[in-house]
Amino acid sequence: MSLLSVQGVRKAFGANVVLDDLSLEVEPGECVVLIGASGSGKSTLLRCVNLLEVVDDGVIELEGQDITDPRVDADATRARMGIVFQAYNLFPHLSVLDNITLAPVRVHRLPRVEAKSRAMAMLERVGLQDRAAARPDELSGGQQQRVAIARALVNEPTLMLLDEVTSALDPELVGEVLDLLTALRSDGMTMIVSTHEMGFARQVADAVCFLDGGRIVERGTAAEVLGNPRQQRTRTFLSRITTGLPGTVQDR
Amino acid sequence: MADVWTPSPRQRERDAYRRDRTRRSGLAAAASTLVLGGAVVLALTTSPGWPRVQHTFFSPEKAWSSLPAVAQGLWLNVRIMLVCAVLIAVLGMLLAVMRTLRGPIFFPLRLFSAAYTDLFRGLPLLLVLLLLGIGVPALRLQGVPKDAVFWGGTALVLSYSAYVAEVLRAGIESVHPSQRAAARSLGLSHAQSLRFVVLPQAVRRVLPPLMNDLVSLQKDSGLIAVLGVIDAIRAAQIETATDFNYTPYVVAGILFVCLTIPMVRVTDWFARKQGFHGAGGIV
Ligand SMILES: Nc1ncnc2c1ncn2[C@@H]1O[C@H](COP(=O)(O)OP(=O)(O)OP(=O)(O)O)[C@@H](O)[C@H]1O
Ligand SMILES: [Mg+2]
Repeated sequence: MSLLSVQGVRKAFGANVVLDDLSLEVEPGECVVLIGASGSGKSTLLRCVNLLEVVDDGVIELEGQDITDPRVDADATRARMGIVFQAYNLFPHLSVLDNITLAPVRVHRLPRVEAKSRAMAMLERVGLQDRAAARPDELSGGQQQRVAIARALVNEPTLMLLDEVTSALDPELVGEVLDLLTALRSDGMTMIVSTHEMGFARQVADAVCFLDGGRIVERGTAAEVLGNPRQQRTRTFLSRITTGLPGTVQDR
Repeated sequence: MADVWTPSPRQRERDAYRRDRTRRSGLAAAASTLVLGGAVVLALTTSPGWPRVQHTFFSPEKAWSSLPAVAQGLWLNVRIMLVCAVLIAVLGMLLAVMRTLRGPIFFPLRLFSAAYTDLFRGLPLLLVLLLLGIGVPALRLQGVPKDAVFWGGTALVLSYSAYVAEVLRAGIESVHPSQRAAARSLGLSHAQSLRFVVLPQAVRRVLPPLMNDLVSLQKDSGLIAVLGVIDAIRAAQIETATDFNYTPYVVAGILFVCLTIPMVRVTDWFARKQGFHGAGGIV
């Protein structure tokens, strides 16, 4: 059974239909990478899965449970997932450590000591153990992004949603985050990652999905979709980014 | 392509469920209000002292006969409030902006603003009213107005602008520094960043507390009655003096509340229209 099953989801903002009858299956332990033009709805899809947006139609099932049903407890459902936002969304009034321990203490009711030790372990994992007392304002973009990832990971989610986690990072830091995600994947974490970095997609993806016109136009392994796309639209998109942004497509 | 979508049966079922739940919570709210309201009314009207209470506070004839005088007094309150509110907004904004100026040459302005707010927030309004409204005219200075409404209004403006300035300053300081940085990076001057980027966000954020001050101002405009001005409260007092029937006070109270409620609703509506949902929204 799929861990996440998105079936015929539609989401419109006014007259702007962003997701149109979109379907997507994610198996346990799979890392699915979403690619597509800016504005194609990658963030919107991730926000719908996290129930931050109410879908107009269709079903999203997490571990077989229809989470788009208005009767389900949205908070409890969200607590089973972790999401890392494109713009980090760290809480500016809390220290790095408090950002990470907020949910473990308040939602998962962990004793503060244990939450703290887990948070420190997580910070060590993302290489920021010495910045635990800092405020988000005092961190670089890449450091903030890693804190955001740690904040999501510390709750041991069954599904991680990562929205362009590398878009603000320099190539070296992209490498760090990439290593982190690769390690996560080998731990068996299920992930959906949206990105503009094709090299990144090649390295971590079990499956690459190309989003266009509100649907997943093409799905396959990175080699298939990026190396030998079947659809004309995918080819156009890939050729545009190859010529437009030469640096992003090279293999690492 | 956009127009051909029709909701699936499952979606229609969900929509129906949501509508049903909205309706049910509406019904539950109405029912609990009715039951509670009914219980309160019943408890009041069946209690032994009720006829006397009703006669002294809720006498329809007395209410009707005192209404013109009280309403006329209220009209004065409203005018005072409107004029003062505008002046307070201007003065409060000026003080708040003064307080946020950076740089050593502005130190006197900052100091003045800080001292002003400290002073007028500390002084009881009644004291300021008496000092200005009774003290100043008693000096019989040449060219200084003697009008009690003028001095009462001045006292209100002086006191309230100190509160409003502090609320606005809190709003200004709550706007994240990155907003100012972004504005400055576009070439906007300090004043322009303040005017076009910081203040609009700040004012929206502090609209509810500002509204509080406005409502409170409306009520405190009644305090100028101590200077002998006949506003709604004083008019009601005069009406009660003849027969010790206190219904005119109730009339004045109801009129004040009736003024406040639409004012608060209008601001709420305005804030929403501006696209300000605060931490609301679906999550
Ligand atoms: N809250 C909203 N209200 C109205 N329209 C929205 C809202 N959020 C997103 N949109 C619109 O939905 C479309 C998809 O946006 P989305 O953020 O999902 O794109 P994206 O694929 O993540 O793009 P990018 O790669 O630039 O991050 C855009 O056209 C955007 O204007
Ligand atoms: Mg996005």
